[in-house]
Amino acid sequence: MTGASPDASLPFRRPQVGPLASARRVGAMVRRYWYLIRGSWPRVAELAYWPTIQMILWGLISQFFTAHSHWLADAAGVLIAGVLLWDILFRGQIGFSICFLEEMWSRNLGHLFVSPLRPWELLAALMTMSVIRTTIGAGIAATIAILLYSFSLFDLGLPLVAFFVALMLMGWGMGMVIVAMVLRYGLGAESLAWVALFAFAPISCVYYPVSTLPDAVQWLAWSTPSAYVFEGMRAVMVDHVFRWDLLAGALALDAVYMAIGAAVFAWAFAAARRDGGLLQTGE
Amino acid sequence: MTDAIEVRGLRKTFGEVVAVDDVSFSAATGRTVGLLGGNGAGKTTIISMLLGLLTPTAGNVRVLDHDLATDRYAVLPRMNFSSPYVDLPHRLTVEQNLLVYAELYGEPAPRERVRELAEHLQFAELLGRATGKLSAGQKTRVSLAKALINRPEVLLLDEPTASLDPDTGDWVRRYLEDYRDRTGVSILLASHNMGEVERLCDDVLMLRRGRVVDRGAPAELLARYGRQTLEDVFLDIARERRSGDRLEAVQ
Repeated sequence: MTGASPDASLPFRRPQVGPLASARRVGAMVRRYWYLIRGSWPRVAELAYWPTIQMILWGLISQFFTAHSHWLADAAGVLIAGVLLWDILFRGQIGFSICFLEEMWSRNLGHLFVSPLRPWELLAALMTMSVIRTTIGAGIAATIAILLYSFSLFDLGLPLVAFFVALMLMGWGMGMVIVAMVLRYGLGAESLAWVALFAFAPISCVYYPVSTLPDAVQWLAWSTPSAYVFEGMRAVMVDHVFRWDLLAGALALDAVYMAIGAAVFAWAFAAARRDGGLLQTGE
Repeated sequence: MTDAIEVRGLRKTFGEVVAVDDVSFSAATGRTVGLLGGNGAGKTTIISMLLGLLTPTAGNVRVLDHDLATDRYAVLPRMNFSSPYVDLPHRLTVEQNLLVYAELYGEPAPRERVRELAEHLQFAELLGRATGKLSAGQKTRVSLAKALINRPEVLLLDEPTASLDPDTGDWVRRYLEDYRDRTGVSILLASHNMGEVERLCDDVLMLRRGRVVDRGAPAELLARYGRQTLEDVFLDIARERRSGDRLEAVQ
């Protein structure tokens, strides 16, 4: 039989409320995801693997074309910068989505949502983790780019921070929609986390100007924050000017993407509570 | 004595399927109420609605004098639950999992609280082990520790001894008895285990197909049905054998 209860000294403790309590819950979730990364070297390797391979591949392509193209020779590194910035967008989105999928895989949502954790606090934790995961993955790839090709993404200076923020916001907006789909339709929809963003690749104009696209679809490109960012990147690297108008366009669209993402997530969460999706999280 | 849980006219449908139909009950502070019924009787659905994981189609749930539909986050920190059907992340160690929940519930000294519970529930040696590598009995104790981490005033237990061997099951039941007697926690217990319900519960709701078909203290039910054990009462209800006109009248 058990000994004296550690709770014999109750009365019950009143719960903490307010912004500090909220920040603590977000911190608890970040800690939970950090434990997962810290405890598994394959997870750390996976963070850097793909961006590094992509960067090496495009670095070699870039070296070849630089010798055969005046445009590329004048803007050395523009392809590698494109790869690294695209990876920031991809890591931002997948870092957000994967952390949520971890909860689905471990069938932990039931415990989480009977705790005081608010849905928006979970989203804040997912965003924090996506920054951490992206910084690790893209940071390693950017460092290797310096070592192999003498190209430093950090030479972009302050515009890099602006590009990073704009791409992460777009990644989170898309991440919220993907998480909502998984919450609504189960783990059968999990592959969206890996493939959804690639539908945006052609119209994001990572490696070519928006003007390259047929006139009829250019409006599609201008409806993605990423196209503004990559145009802005080329403006910095080719024309050596920072285009505030492009940054403003990217951030305005980011606000729209985030609002749509939050609305779709709220709808899916309410539907999951109505249909039992928070308990039955399998396929 | 005030009511810790008050449920009125609770109903839940999934399309055409009626999972819970017009269920009303209350649980006084410090009392243990059992939900007894077969598979698909609606026990887990009721508990899920009490936790706010599931929104009722109709009806009202009040816990610790808060309406769960409008004031959920005022009461969630003061309650907790345990279920063998909801896992803790397998790759995290037991200590990591419990620390995360201690932080989520705003425990002032998380590490101390986790150690305290681990010692009391006799799994201190498992704190460094991955949660996915625990046996069923060990998982139950860890799940119970998670459920007690915030010193809840209301505890919802969904089949807390399911899949446990008799010895471990008995250990868990004794722990819960002891804990309730010392703390005055209010417990809602869903179970298939008649002995468990008979031993732990002050009041029992007998459920069938989402409806309450009878209720009362275990001794009252035994007397009413003229049976020796709650298991026999349960079988009477599950197989729709009537004791006099009792079932018909309740329905």
